[in-house]
Amino acid sequence: MAHHAEHFDLDEKFDFSSAVKKRIFTVLILGLVFAVIGLIMLIMGGGGDSHGGHGLNGLSEGSLAYGGGGAAAEGGHGHAVTWVTRVKVNFWINSVYFVGLSLIGAFFIAIQYVAMAGWSSGLRRIPEAIFKFLPFAAVMLVATFAVSYHDIFHWTDASLYDLNSPHYDAIIDGKKGYLNMTFYIARSIIYLGVWILFTFLMQKQFNAEEFNLDPSNPNKQFYNMIKLSAGFIVFFGLSTSMAAWDWVMSIDTHWFSTMFGWYNFASWWVGGLATITLVVIYLKQGGYLKFVNESHLHDLGKFVFGFSIFWTYIWFSQFLLIYYANISEETVYFIDRLESDKYGKFIFINLIFNFIFPFFGLMTRDAKRKMRILQMVCIIVIVGHWLDFYQMIMPGTLKDQGGFGFFEIGIFMIFVSAFAYVIAMNLAKLPLIPKNHPLIKESLNHHH
Amino acid sequence: MATAHHNAETDKHYLLGIYNDEDVLLDAVEHVRKKGVKIYEVFTPYPIHGLEHALGYKRSFMPRAAFAFGALGNICAILLQTTIMGIDWPMIIGGKSFIAIPNFIPVIFECTVLFAAFGMVGTFLVTNSLYPHKVPRIFDRRSTDDKHIVAIDLAKNTLSEAEIRNILIESGVEKHTSADGTEHVGIKQRNFTDEENKGSFIRYLADLIANGVTSSNRAIKTSK
Repeated sequence: MAHHAEHFDLDEKFDFSSAVKKRIFTVLILGLVFAVIGLIMLIMGGGGDSHGGHGLNGLSEGSLAYGGGGAAAEGGHGHAVTWVTRVKVNFWINSVYFVGLSLIGAFFIAIQYVAMAGWSSGLRRIPEAIFKFLPFAAVMLVATFAVSYHDIFHWTDASLYDLNSPHYDAIIDGKKGYLNMTFYIARSIIYLGVWILFTFLMQKQFNAEEFNLDPSNPNKQFYNMIKLSAGFIVFFGLSTSMAAWDWVMSIDTHWFSTMFGWYNFASWWVGGLATITLVVIYLKQGGYLKFVNESHLHDLGKFVFGFSIFWTYIWFSQFLLIYYANISEETVYFIDRLESDKYGKFIFINLIFNFIFPFFGLMTRDAKRKMRILQMVCIIVIVGHWLDFYQMIMPGTLKDQGGFGFFEIGIFMIFVSAFAYVIAMNLAKLPLIPKNHPLIKESLNHHH
Repeated sequence: MATAHHNAETDKHYLLGIYNDEDVLLDAVEHVRKKGVKIYEVFTPYPIHGLEHALGYKRSFMPRAAFAFGALGNICAILLQTTIMGIDWPMIIGGKSFIAIPNFIPVIFECTVLFAAFGMVGTFLVTNSLYPHKVPRIFDRRSTDDKHIVAIDLAKNTLSEAEIRNILIESGVEKHTSADGTEHVGIKQRNFTDEENKGSFIRYLADLIANGVTSSNRAIKTSK
């Protein structure tokens, strides 16, 4: 009953014990083993089996006959398509994905504050620990870009802008005002820098709330956070869309989609919500967060369920318009993905993982309230949205030279273990329940 | 089993317990049920959190109805479009095949939502016998204003009326003293006329079919 207050240990702390570390290191070692096996297979196989050659790309790109040497430029990026590129591309996929996941920690907190939501206040430490991974993921992203921009981003090739070069590309030259190295790097640094700055400012408020609460003004940090969150949401809305164009959409330089920013945001958002839910479930299974009951899980489940449908809606809106209009400049994106024997299946796996499973798995009220089902769906969704980024990035960079194997699984597992380690390390730093949050009682007594 | 206590004069008699406060009401409902009294229904001016648990209601079947109607809408939309576009009048549109599933999805989606929504509204109205021109059985007008009313069907209870009255008084029904010093307890009897009691959708439809739109099924009657 709602009006019967219960009492919980408000000072409980997460113990980053050796058992937890062992689990994380097991994932790491498995990931390393997979990555090494995968790498050996790649090197032995000479950078992916190349039967079929460039035939497919030759068809899809060549038949479009863009002005100048468009076909030659997009499809004929012949050099350096080896296992080295595949390593770089894998790091790029995971950096982009995990920057997004950790950023969602801050976004989740921001919308909870702006909505003055009470139910989630007791869970705030989890997204708080998640956004601590942002600086690491950002460094990974920048480092990967520095090493491999030439292999991932076709538009960085200087000869495309040279009128006298046989590679001259009128379309890409037309995008020079936006897609040039200086502006691109400046933009990326602004996104990452401002995001990280916001997480630091948020953390400052949380630390003040925990350790330096002014008894005469106990809501000060709460109101500061509302202002901070409102600012963050505005910047987040603009910057995630632009980051999606820059980091993902510009890989297929000729192609563009007005849905793309939303599509990437939706993918990150669902992945992030599933991560938050999964960490809550793991903590609860470990005997922490006693106050978390079916109602909290139900609300988190509704988030994952609802935004999985949102993601599908965005995905389908992008697909349907391109399919229906049937303009070759646009369809080329899906031809590369659907008609390739390498990636053809991934579009369907993507939809099964990110729509069918969460939709039918979490449809009923009972399913959202059962920890086991929610846990399984969250794992599927996290893997599913990784696959989503995989099929956005891999076909555009490696064309039919890419693939999916032990190496991809291994690198993903290494990132997962690093992510989990940083989350667990930060969870252990502060008490698990933010007891000075003004709305904490609402969360502790949440029932519906 | 019930015949031992069955009392002809309590037929169609309802006993109403009238409460001022929702917290008192929640505890009272639990108390009354614990004493073995079967509650017919509780009427409140606004939704009360936890009342359905206190009354021991089972989960509503509405979500399942929604799924069933949604699935029906889904199938109907697929059949409609494949029949028209694929079999009855095949047309080439935009170079697509006759049965181009992606094109159908928006309509499939809309029909699923439409059927689920209308189906749920219909199911809700029929299960609650809320249909046009239904004669409402209003137990006590104050349940739309400031009082919570617990209605108990005496015919469905094995306890005698006096016992139930005592249980209601124990549970904390409202009390007030009038100017002349007599004490009033918030317990009331309520009887309905035969016409008020015959609320059946089937009967309404039968009446409509047999007599057309006549004064008998058009009249909106209010109690008193």
